[in-house]
Amino acid sequence: MLRSLIGSITPLKGALTRQAGLRIGYVPQKLHIDATLPLTVSRFMALPRRVPAKDLEAAAAQAGLGHVSQAQLSQLSGGQFQRVLLARALLCRPQLLILDEPTQGLDHSGAAAFYRQIETVRQNTGCAVLLVSHDLHVVMAASDRVICLNGHVCCQGSPEQVASSPEYQTLFGASTDGAMALYRHEHDHDHDHDHEHDDHHDHHHNDHPRGPVATVTGPKVAPDANAKELA
Amino acid sequence: MEMFDAFLVRAILAGVALSLAAAPLGCFVVWRRMAYFGDATAHASILGVALSLAFALPVFIGVLLIALAMALAISALQARGQTLDTLLGVMAHSTLALGLVTVSFFSDVRIDLMAYLFGDILSVAWSDFLWIGLGLFLVVGLLGWRWSALLTCTLNRDLAQAEGINPKREQLVLTLALALIVALGIQIVGAILIAALLIIPAAAARNFANTPEAMALIAAAFGACATLGGLAASLHWDTPTGPSIICCAAALFFTSTLLGALRGRGLS
Repeated sequence: MLRSLIGSITPLKGALTRQAGLRIGYVPQKLHIDATLPLTVSRFMALPRRVPAKDLEAAAAQAGLGHVSQAQLSQLSGGQFQRVLLARALLCRPQLLILDEPTQGLDHSGAAAFYRQIETVRQNTGCAVLLVSHDLHVVMAASDRVICLNGHVCCQGSPEQVASSPEYQTLFGASTDGAMALYRHEHDHDHDHDHEHDDHHDHHHNDHPRGPVATVTGPKVAPDANAKELA
Repeated sequence: MEMFDAFLVRAILAGVALSLAAAPLGCFVVWRRMAYFGDATAHASILGVALSLAFALPVFIGVLLIALAMALAISALQARGQTLDTLLGVMAHSTLALGLVTVSFFSDVRIDLMAYLFGDILSVAWSDFLWIGLGLFLVVGLLGWRWSALLTCTLNRDLAQAEGINPKREQLVLTLALALIVALGIQIVGAILIAALLIIPAAAARNFANTPEAMALIAAAFGACATLGGLAASLHWDTPTGPSIICCAAALFFTSTLLGALRGRGLS
């Protein structure tokens, strides 16, 4: 879904409406830097456009990165690396910040720190944040609006609405606390095709102003990975 | 003595020009793991020689056309996500063999075949410099113009896409540059060794570079040194020039890797 939002792929069906001149900052899931490619933090941030050093430092500060160093990207820790990606995405002063599983490969405290950083960024810049994540507790705690995807839009709304929706409970277990879901949903319950309108009735009354954090989640985590997260 | 000087000057100019243009492209070949891709394109160029003979075209044009066709075909297959390994092997060697067989039909050029396989830098004429100059200008111009976009695509396609860069178009730029280098290099180092001139200086430069740009510059310097060293060795010991150049490049690579390893140990 994110790849179609940034224009990497064209959706097979459905329409995509993008405001003209919308500035999107994109933080990819994981960036593999080939060992043969030497790349410093400052050079990476200035790709593909050269930017004034002042802006580099500002974005780095915004992302919680001490300063733009000449260190090789390949020698950074996971948390530092993600902050570099975030800083780079902030360079274009995005109106929409898109993050694709930004904390994969980070340990618990590292992930928590990174999420706090995103929160700070949002407060300071006022940009909307779209986050794809399987971290249910983060999704439920920090989002204004949750869209649950499992091959189709499963349910959406505020975290409370989503947590109480029957679709979500089928997907992640009947426990009221989403974070406690320990098993993986195996079959894709396809209520999208047969009775399309049913889908929206019980949790589509969000007339209140939508907050700027929308999180997309789904049951793609392997069961053991999920269990480990919660242990 | 004067004649000796003139052909040596031409060889030095052509060889250094080729290695300078090959260096930045070679870096991309290394970063994007296109080594075998370059090899296959170069091998196919023998078919381009046959084409030039058949239609009385300049060799540069025939080779450029075939190299471009081959590189485009491989790019298209790669985009489809096919396992390329075997397919590249099949295409590289069958086009090489087909080229060799076809060239053999032109009975009077059999002697020249070695020159296209292993290059004949000492036979470069002033008239060849039109193509060399044009090719060099195009390769360096293309890569310089698209450098940042190419680098972003090399890092991550989605990241490039989010910046409004079209990875397919950038791939086409590289493909075109590769075909140009092959067409230029076939006379200088030969079809068999062009890929080596792309990869070895870039790989040697990796040990000393902190940024992509530095790697391209160091690779250019290494390539030029290897060319000069190879020419000198070839004159001194009467060895074939193309292979001598690659031997020099290989020596540079092993020295630089050794120094890099020593330096790494000193730091840790």
